[in-house]
Amino acid sequence: MVHYARGALALTAALLMTTAAVAQDKRVVKYNADYDPAPLAAMEQVIADFEAANPDIDIQLNNFDHEGYKTAIRNFLTADAPDLANWYAGNRMAPFVTSGQFMDVSDVWEANGLKDSLGSALASMTIDGKQWGVPYTYYQWGIYFNRDAYKAAGVDVPGPEGVSWDQFVSNCEKFAAAGIDCITTGTKALWPGAGIFDYLNLRTNGYEFHMDLTAGKVAWTDDKVRATFAEWAKIQPYVTKNHAAIDWQDAAALLVQGKAANYVMGNFAVAVFKEGGMTNDNLGFMGFPEITPGIARAEEAPTDTVHIPSGAKNVDDAKKFLAYLASADAQNKINAAMGQLPINKASTVADDPFLQAGFQMLSTADGGIAQFFDRDAPAEMAKAGMEGFQEFMVKPENLDAILERLEKIRQKVYQ
Amino acid sequence: MTDFWKSNQRRIAPWLFLAPGLFMFAVYVIIPIFQSLWISLYDWDGLGAKVWIGTANYVELWDDDAFYTSLKNNVIWLILYLLAVPAGLFIAIFLNQTITGMRLYKSLFFFPFVISQVVVGLIFSWFYAPDFGLFYKLIELLTGQSIAILADDRFVTYGIIAAGLWPQIAYVMILYLTGLNNVAPDQIEAARLDGAKGWRMLWYVVLPQLRPATFIAVVVTVIGALRSFDLVSIMTDGGPYGSSRVLSFYMYEQALSEYGYRMGYGAAIAVVLFAIMMVFISGFIWKMWRDESER
Repeated sequence: MVHYARGALALTAALLMTTAAVAQDKRVVKYNADYDPAPLAAMEQVIADFEAANPDIDIQLNNFDHEGYKTAIRNFLTADAPDLANWYAGNRMAPFVTSGQFMDVSDVWEANGLKDSLGSALASMTIDGKQWGVPYTYYQWGIYFNRDAYKAAGVDVPGPEGVSWDQFVSNCEKFAAAGIDCITTGTKALWPGAGIFDYLNLRTNGYEFHMDLTAGKVAWTDDKVRATFAEWAKIQPYVTKNHAAIDWQDAAALLVQGKAANYVMGNFAVAVFKEGGMTNDNLGFMGFPEITPGIARAEEAPTDTVHIPSGAKNVDDAKKFLAYLASADAQNKINAAMGQLPINKASTVADDPFLQAGFQMLSTADGGIAQFFDRDAPAEMAKAGMEGFQEFMVKPENLDAILERLEKIRQKVYQ
Repeated sequence: MTDFWKSNQRRIAPWLFLAPGLFMFAVYVIIPIFQSLWISLYDWDGLGAKVWIGTANYVELWDDDAFYTSLKNNVIWLILYLLAVPAGLFIAIFLNQTITGMRLYKSLFFFPFVISQVVVGLIFSWFYAPDFGLFYKLIELLTGQSIAILADDRFVTYGIIAAGLWPQIAYVMILYLTGLNNVAPDQIEAARLDGAKGWRMLWYVVLPQLRPATFIAVVVTVIGALRSFDLVSIMTDGGPYGSSRVLSFYMYEQALSEYGYRMGYGAAIAVVLFAIMMVFISGFIWKMWRDESER
């Protein structure tokens, strides 16, 4: 866990500002976050701008390791609550909302017209008719592919409009003949497999059904769920064999090396592909193919958020910062650095082919925007579900046992 | 006051010396045991209000496949981990010679116990890693089959136990090496004059003298097997699809991990693990007590 001292930066900022020559007693806002290096630098810039506009407020950013944060948040929310904390939208925030650990910030939404400007994220931030945080970024999921691998296997490179499902499956056979994994993934941490399931289910049964399933309203043994797995079975033989033993970054390496052709992933993976040596010339992106004809196209775009814990001491200034973070200006800045999409509708999307494609895809999705399996479904169901997906990709013959197990857990979780 | 102190000094003093230790033991061991028992009777997400549900957590455990997988793996761990005792004894006897540089060899053999379990886990993960792991390549070369040990539910537990055995054997070896230092040379001499050699010498003369070391080795190995957690967490995170879970990891998963918000259920698993450990621990304590009181 990295303790990031904001002191030095605040000092240089103070020195630069001629008006703030005399050190004042600033009101402190403590902010616990889990940024990777690039977004961290961007957030520091956003904070510096905010502090320049509000010289009497001092935001102290305490940055955590990304994975460690997920378990640390429970301790600090109850024991030593900061004034601001990062988290995720959808059902993922439900445990903290229902246990009263997050503060209702509907007034921030009301006072700043966020229901309009952040309208696309309103549903995923609302529980019991109230808003519980402010979203600042989201990113699309889709299929990233290696054009060189397509050429090596003698398969037509998909255009921006993507390919049909039948075409995709028959491409897989050609890749298999060429000794290339048609689809790669690394499910050691479980969640990458859920991306594949989400898209198959959204494309086979549509947004409404997917939401009903993650909300526990439909049985896992339902025929429609089986239909999704039947589609999955078509591509299962072409998924990287040892995916259960590798992390998603290892699978990214397979794509970079041309040992795999396609990867169902989030846009954050682009940075990893490019670090591995891929460029805009050989890295391609397309939406997941349509499966059931005519079904309204839904996409997957997880949203990251900032919340005010109930134990916050400086609520007023924390709300000021949330309002600032929701502005188009702040969202432009941080998303340009993160390589992700801003939520404020007045903001602009960075000049990057993958972001532009993602923005285009999400803004025309008439079916709806799903968060992600582990954010749409409650924690226990999410964990069991993702284990089931992993098992299915290794042993498709266990399908009946997997679905029965998930159904048993569904009946227990949503009572 | 001083009179009271003078007349009772001998009775009070031991308790005064024991007080700090007893206090810590109570706060960090005894009280948490009862707290866990208590929490296991509630439905609690660790954040909100507790709801009393009686034995419902235990009833659920009874019908939980993942619990039985963990229990089965714990049994496998327990049995295979005990291989560390004969293996450690063998290496200790092998190293118990006077050759130049023996100290160096001994410390090299002891090395795996010195490095952290986290590092051991990482080393073995790479050893087994598909596509570039040494073991993976070896198996591919010998059998033509490519097997990713840590992604295969048939082998994953054995793969992790092998990683755990590596430092455990070193630990047992050190216990036996110190034990071998205390083997009485005159008895060896006498046995040799009587014509004892090889296995008979080991079985009837050396091993009985090593009994205290064997006892400690078995105790630390059994406890080590039951509380195995770090290697599972680092090498597989309980996967693939939960097939390498052990009870302690399952408890962590349910109560504290990224998707675990079930303190009560986790506590119930902890209580079951505690009960299993208690069987062994009371056995050990009973044996120690018998040894000390009857001789």
